[in-house]
Amino acid sequence: MMSYLLSLTIWTPIVFGFITLAFNKNDCMARYVALLGSLIALVFSLIVFQTFDPQQTAMQFSENYAWVPSLNINYHLAVDGISMPFVMLNNFITVLVVLAGFKVIKQKVALYNAMFLMMTGFISGSFCALDAVLFYVFFEAMLIPMYLIIGVWGSTNRVYAAIKFFLYTLIGSLLMLVALIYLYNQAKGSFEIFDYYRLPLAMNVQILIFIAFFLSFAVKVPMWPLHTWLPDAHPEAPTGGSMVLAAITLKIGGYGFLRFILPIVPDASRELAGVMVVLSLIAIVYIGLVALVQKDMKKLVAYSSISHMGFVTLGCFLFVGANLNTWALEGAITQMISHGFVSAAMFFCIGVMYDRVHSRNIADYGGVVNKMPVFAAFFMLFAMANSGLPGTSGFVGEFMVIMGAVQTNFIAAILAGVTLILGAGYTLWMYKRVVFGAVANSHVAEMNDVSKREFLILALLAVAVLVMGIYPDLFVAKMHASVGHLINQVAQSKI
Amino acid sequence: MTYPNLIPVLPELFMAFMIIVLLLADAFTSESQKGVNLVLTMVALIGCFALQKYVDHGVTELTFNNMFILDNLAMGTKMFTYLFSFVAVLYIKRYVSDKKYQSGEFYAIFLFSVLGMMVMISADNMLILYVGLELFSLALYGLIALYRDNVRATEAAMKYFILGALASGILLYGISFVYGATGGHLQLEDVLRAMLSLGDNNTGLMTFGLVFIVAGLVFKLGLVPFHMWVPDVYEGSPLAVATIIGSLTKIAAVVFVIRFLIGGLVLLNPAWSIMLLILACLSLFFGNVIAIAQTNIKRMLGYSTVAHMGFVALGLVTVSVDGVSATIFYVVTYSLTALAGFGILTMLSKGDFECQSLDDLKGLSKTHPVMAALVMLVMFSMAGIPPLVGFYAKFKILAALLAAGYVGVAVFAVIMSLIGAFYYIRVVKVMYFEEPVKTLEMADVCVFSRSVLLVNVALLIIIGVLPSALMMYCNALVSG
Repeated sequence: MMSYLLSLTIWTPIVFGFITLAFNKNDCMARYVALLGSLIALVFSLIVFQTFDPQQTAMQFSENYAWVPSLNINYHLAVDGISMPFVMLNNFITVLVVLAGFKVIKQKVALYNAMFLMMTGFISGSFCALDAVLFYVFFEAMLIPMYLIIGVWGSTNRVYAAIKFFLYTLIGSLLMLVALIYLYNQAKGSFEIFDYYRLPLAMNVQILIFIAFFLSFAVKVPMWPLHTWLPDAHPEAPTGGSMVLAAITLKIGGYGFLRFILPIVPDASRELAGVMVVLSLIAIVYIGLVALVQKDMKKLVAYSSISHMGFVTLGCFLFVGANLNTWALEGAITQMISHGFVSAAMFFCIGVMYDRVHSRNIADYGGVVNKMPVFAAFFMLFAMANSGLPGTSGFVGEFMVIMGAVQTNFIAAILAGVTLILGAGYTLWMYKRVVFGAVANSHVAEMNDVSKREFLILALLAVAVLVMGIYPDLFVAKMHASVGHLINQVAQSKI
Repeated sequence: MTYPNLIPVLPELFMAFMIIVLLLADAFTSESQKGVNLVLTMVALIGCFALQKYVDHGVTELTFNNMFILDNLAMGTKMFTYLFSFVAVLYIKRYVSDKKYQSGEFYAIFLFSVLGMMVMISADNMLILYVGLELFSLALYGLIALYRDNVRATEAAMKYFILGALASGILLYGISFVYGATGGHLQLEDVLRAMLSLGDNNTGLMTFGLVFIVAGLVFKLGLVPFHMWVPDVYEGSPLAVATIIGSLTKIAAVVFVIRFLIGGLVLLNPAWSIMLLILACLSLFFGNVIAIAQTNIKRMLGYSTVAHMGFVALGLVTVSVDGVSATIFYVVTYSLTALAGFGILTMLSKGDFECQSLDDLKGLSKTHPVMAALVMLVMFSMAGIPPLVGFYAKFKILAALLAAGYVGVAVFAVIMSLIGAFYYIRVVKVMYFEEPVKTLEMADVCVFSRSVLLVNVALLIIIGVLPSALMMYCNALVSG
């Protein structure tokens, strides 16, 4: 079984997704089958997490079979310290998402759960794929379930949001496809991503490939100025959709920078690092300011996601000479994982309130703490994590990136550091307006505290946020070797 | 005198024979016995399939003074044509009886068009190619016009006929130049040989003729600016006929173009590949952009066909084995996809109703969840989203283009397919995100047809996930 572990992690949820579809007459069964599927996938990914050898730089759990022999496309899966944490994060969040939809989703339940399960499988697949086409297939296949999730179960403006999400994501990935086929021809007919690492490429070619990959991944991250789909998609998506979108799909963008852009076109990355740092800083500072003025809670968290992902892209492109900055790079990965937990938690909290009041407007709330004390405590924790309080996971990644930035680019470090205050500003100010004060209106007065199911989800997320905040080595130790390997790879010029 | 070897043409002969049997049977049966027409049609298609298998010896055979060729390409594409025709009959048979067609006439004319396609695929002589084309086209004009009480259908038939006749004339005019310039050759191999020995002499004259030939050929493919008939014919044709025109006829049309350009006039390159490149890019642009404005699904699919044929033509532009094999792969999978798409629309048209407006599909996921799921898969396949087969079709074309160094064209093509994705996902939007305005009724299609439809759509995923076998098959068709 061990040699098929990654396949099992990927295909279990997809198969369970199809099984769930069969229960479209029986909502209750559909929910439990979906939960079972997501739990089994989580168990598989936990086994991967446990048996992973952090000392090795080579890829682990490798599976390699010919898939389309006539084009030399292989079904090649494996993980290293960079991708493995994401697979676990992904499966963990999906369990919560299925749970989060338990009572809330009443329309087309089987389809809803099936879409999430299939998407989990596709996402795990894109983190594990080492064949460019296999990666691309998983990467694109994700669009179909997400399109339906936003469009079918979203709120008022969902159609616009769904189409915008779909087209925005597609444009980037299509250009990436052209770049991949170009590399295929250059590498004498190979789609192995690692073959591209060794491929010598002229500077102008590298820059073009950089742009193609950049468009694809920067849309996903999303980086300023390609971020505009996210504030539209998030508020319209159902709670589960927002959780997956913020917690996992954005991370594929960051992962793409690490797996594709940096090692395949290192010289172009060095050349354009300045531009990337500037774009990241704009995302951190400017989008942080934008978040401050939002009236819609989900929009606020969406903008805060963009701002936090700015730390990720900043961390990816901090060079010291030819070398990437270890602190910053590990910080970027840690930040992605942490943001996965925190943003999922934030969106879930907003979802809990939305289910009771059916409004996302900050102005419609006030004094929630009087009616929902337990919830308010959890929400407080996550709000603090979102503003980067030490002891929570939100602190670790941002701190590491800023540490790295101090070594490389002091101005960037100062700008990024100052923005931590901004993050605390918009999150806590929102928290104050929503939770504290007197009970604002009759809707709030009717709110009742979290149910057992909601408590379970909040507690699991809280544990994750705290464990990562207090003992980040649990994740960081697993990635040292792989990050070091990546840095060596990027340090070599390919011209 | 010596008799020609009739073995390679057995399927064609059998088809012609069956058409006569069908016409006779239709004349001598009463109204209640008309079911026999359908049976005879199916027997004809199955018989041709079996005979084709029987005459396949794995070697290229020529007969009728080398005017008729049976090579791998002809074998393979004819098999696909029979298969898809058979599936199309299953999809449309209920429609044909619901709309009170004279089933004998309908199926006989349909089989005539299939016979025309068989000749187009297997002809090795410019005149025979032309004869096949005319047989095929005239049958289609008739098939559209059979729905004679309908103004739109009559208009579509008239438009198709006039423009089609004009295009055929232009093609013939072009052939006459080649005939003259090569010193009286119509046989494709002879033309090739003559051009080799002529060297640079008469290239001007040949190229002049080539312009007309290309114009005639791309009219049949429906490339911009010779695409005007496509949306009108799709919209005006009753769904049963649109199913046929929109899907399986494309295979024969593409083989027809391959025979002319790669088989006979390949030495005139790069003259025709530049023409084809420009027309293909125009088609990608106009097909996709104009499709956005359509509210009629048939018309939208018409413009989408224009765009798809643009992709097909891009495969030929590379003039490489990879490119041509990608073209065949594309057109076969596109036919399969379009067949399912039109088949679903046909099945959703009960009685006199014709399911053709985007509004008709509103909220389909609530009234017919399975049908909606099938339409969705077809649309995503056409948009080229993996893991559906449309992805690998586009992928192969792009790979061939990049291998031949057309980087800019490849980028242009993907940007155009992004525009295309918009109107495909709009169909999904209408079905899934909106409320039904009227309850659509399914025609009483038999279980067998329904299961074939399911298999058809399942194949879009299966080939999409495991494309290797079909790719290899297409390679084998071309490499010979």
